[in-house]
Amino acid sequence: MSQSNVKKYLENYGNTKEASIPILQAIQGDYGYLPLDILDQVCEESEITKTHLYGVATFYAQFKLTPKGKNAIKVCKGTACHVKGADITIVALKDQLGINMDQTTEDGEFSMETVACLGCCSLAPVVMINEDVYGGLSSAKVRGTLKKYGKE
Amino acid sequence: MEKNNQHIKFVVGLGSCGIAAGAKELYEELASKMGNNCNASLSHTSCNGMCFKEPIMEVFYPDGNYLMLGNVHKKDVDKILEPLLSQGAIDEKFIIENSRQPDKKEEFRQKQHKIVLENCGIIDPDDIEPYIENGGYEAVKKVLNTMPPQQVIDEIKTSGLRGRGGAGFPTGLKWQFVRNNTGEKKYMICNADEGDPGAFMDRAVLEGDPHKVIEGLIIGGYAIGAEHGYVYVRAEYPLAIKRLKSAIKQATEKNLLGHNILNSGFSFHLKIKEGAGAFVCGEETALIASIEGDRGHPRLKPPFPAASGLWGYPTNINNVETLASIPWIIKNGAETYASYGTEKSKGTKVFSLAGKIARGGLIEVDMGVPLRDIIYTIGGGTSSGKPFKAVQLGGPSGGCVPENLLDTPVDYESISATGAIMGSGGMVVMDEDTCVVDVAKFFLTFTQNESCGKCTFCRIGTKRLLEILEKITEGRGGMADLEELEELSGKVKDLSLCGLGKTAPNPIMTTLKYFRDEYVEHIKENKCRAGVCKELIKFSVIEGSCTGCHLCYKNCPVDAITGEAKKIHHIDQKICIKCGMCYEVCKFDAILKG
Repeated sequence: MSQSNVKKYLENYGNTKEASIPILQAIQGDYGYLPLDILDQVCEESEITKTHLYGVATFYAQFKLTPKGKNAIKVCKGTACHVKGADITIVALKDQLGINMDQTTEDGEFSMETVACLGCCSLAPVVMINEDVYGGLSSAKVRGTLKKYGKE
Repeated sequence: MEKNNQHIKFVVGLGSCGIAAGAKELYEELASKMGNNCNASLSHTSCNGMCFKEPIMEVFYPDGNYLMLGNVHKKDVDKILEPLLSQGAIDEKFIIENSRQPDKKEEFRQKQHKIVLENCGIIDPDDIEPYIENGGYEAVKKVLNTMPPQQVIDEIKTSGLRGRGGAGFPTGLKWQFVRNNTGEKKYMICNADEGDPGAFMDRAVLEGDPHKVIEGLIIGGYAIGAEHGYVYVRAEYPLAIKRLKSAIKQATEKNLLGHNILNSGFSFHLKIKEGAGAFVCGEETALIASIEGDRGHPRLKPPFPAASGLWGYPTNINNVETLASIPWIIKNGAETYASYGTEKSKGTKVFSLAGKIARGGLIEVDMGVPLRDIIYTIGGGTSSGKPFKAVQLGGPSGGCVPENLLDTPVDYESISATGAIMGSGGMVVMDEDTCVVDVAKFFLTFTQNESCGKCTFCRIGTKRLLEILEKITEGRGGMADLEELEELSGKVKDLSLCGLGKTAPNPIMTTLKYFRDEYVEHIKENKCRAGVCKELIKFSVIEGSCTGCHLCYKNCPVDAITGEAKKIHHIDQKICIKCGMCYEVCKFDAILKG
């Protein structure tokens, strides 16, 4: 399976340095994170060196080297969200999930990270769960929102 | 443009912000409840800028009547669908505009002048036809058929258009440099890596009117002699990427893009590059490094990209809003464009209004309009009704402008004179409950995090600045810290290579300039007047107001609150982490913060 995936990435995006970011994005799209053995295989089959690929993977905030939860929570930490109380929403999320930022719950259901700005500033504070964007997510609404994703 | 249709037309705004507010559920509910009603149709558009009214829907009647409704949710559909279909009475609370009540004008829409946003929230961004019906791609035709490249550049120079990404460099001049440089290949790049937290105008344009940006790119490519282009979009904007991809495909199918455009002999191929979450990639040399597949490190200029850019070829990079202004200028003439705005800042500017503002959203005004008009006339003042404190312009690279400078006109020079920058146009409004020291700390956390690490002063200097701010907000600061902040800010500014580091101290320098007394209060009195800095405040129960509803008890994450139902509750200060949750959830204003 992974062998054929690697072939697919190289066919779709090329096997030179220029393809590094699209390849990493495709791997993360398929696996939810960047498994090191897949990165190794990409480097073996292409002109991209391991130092280069690892360097790119660790530079950009989008790339994760550890698996994410089934439901990925992104908390916006943009300016508007900050002044509208994103920190309080974060306390509520941490409290409900029992994890800190950049961690995954033990059952693998939820992981949580902060992002710079989701661009929905007028609806601050904003939280994105998977592909769904929630505006005005004050701390009081956290519990109800997590329920939609199966949180007891 | 829908009025010729013989049926009632419903249009729902489906921009990212509208969707976040529930517009998609509204759209689906309307679709299911309308069923096969052949007297009415349903379609979508993007954001019309009135984020504070989302979800928004419009109704166009065959007789020319028109309604715009706001804050309409899925649950309201049962109530309003029947009266909408029969032109019956609708609850006033939903109505933003009604053609039969011409006096009822939304104040948010006053004083605005839409050039870049002319189609946003009006056309269906997933379909090329409405764009073409609204005069789209006429500018490309005009340029390819009647204007030699140099004439295009001269036209842009005459228009006075300056880069809308923040720096304000004259666009025509930038194009001229690339045109004058010879190269076997040239590249035209659109910088859509809108990273300033608090800015969302580029996202709205790409989601609402993607063809306008493509059209600007084709014209630019033709003018400078580039046959290849890239749009570098940040990955956090999935909807913008989706709509842009579809727009590129449709334009290519119509031969408005690609090989031998409209048989003119000019070819222009456009690709999308998705960013991967690095603020520094908004800097043009870092952006180029990222397209080339490297870590996004900026490099020393010169050589400027105009001489040696992508893969070493002459490259021109423009911001989304800049490119979206181009077709209008070509169609309506440079002189007309230059007649708007001020002497040195021509045309219009898009701003995103957010933070503690009553009417937040996306606006476009003539350059030179005073800040006060934007914040009060258009934005309606603060959302809390509490006194206005400052507005942050230009994101982490910008600064806070206080109340007494609100008559400053928005143009590049006047804004710079305040110590802030025009930036890409993000405006975050703060009221008296916002602590400016905390805001400076917020921005430094951001820039420190986003520093690529190449320059010592940006990498370590911002870290030291942040540590000093942390000390002050935690009540451990001394007066000498203020001097150190000023001195180190100057060094970070002078000794960083790119804009990120050069501007990173701006939020500190402007807040120190205009709100020094608040810094001093934090240091000398251990007081945060806004009640934000956790170490300097405490939460307690106002006994006379507490009803014993138990809500704070249930929500406290650390079980610091004790009390039985219907009896007065207490907060144990030793356990309290000052998260403010009790203050937030209390329905009786029974929690005292201070």
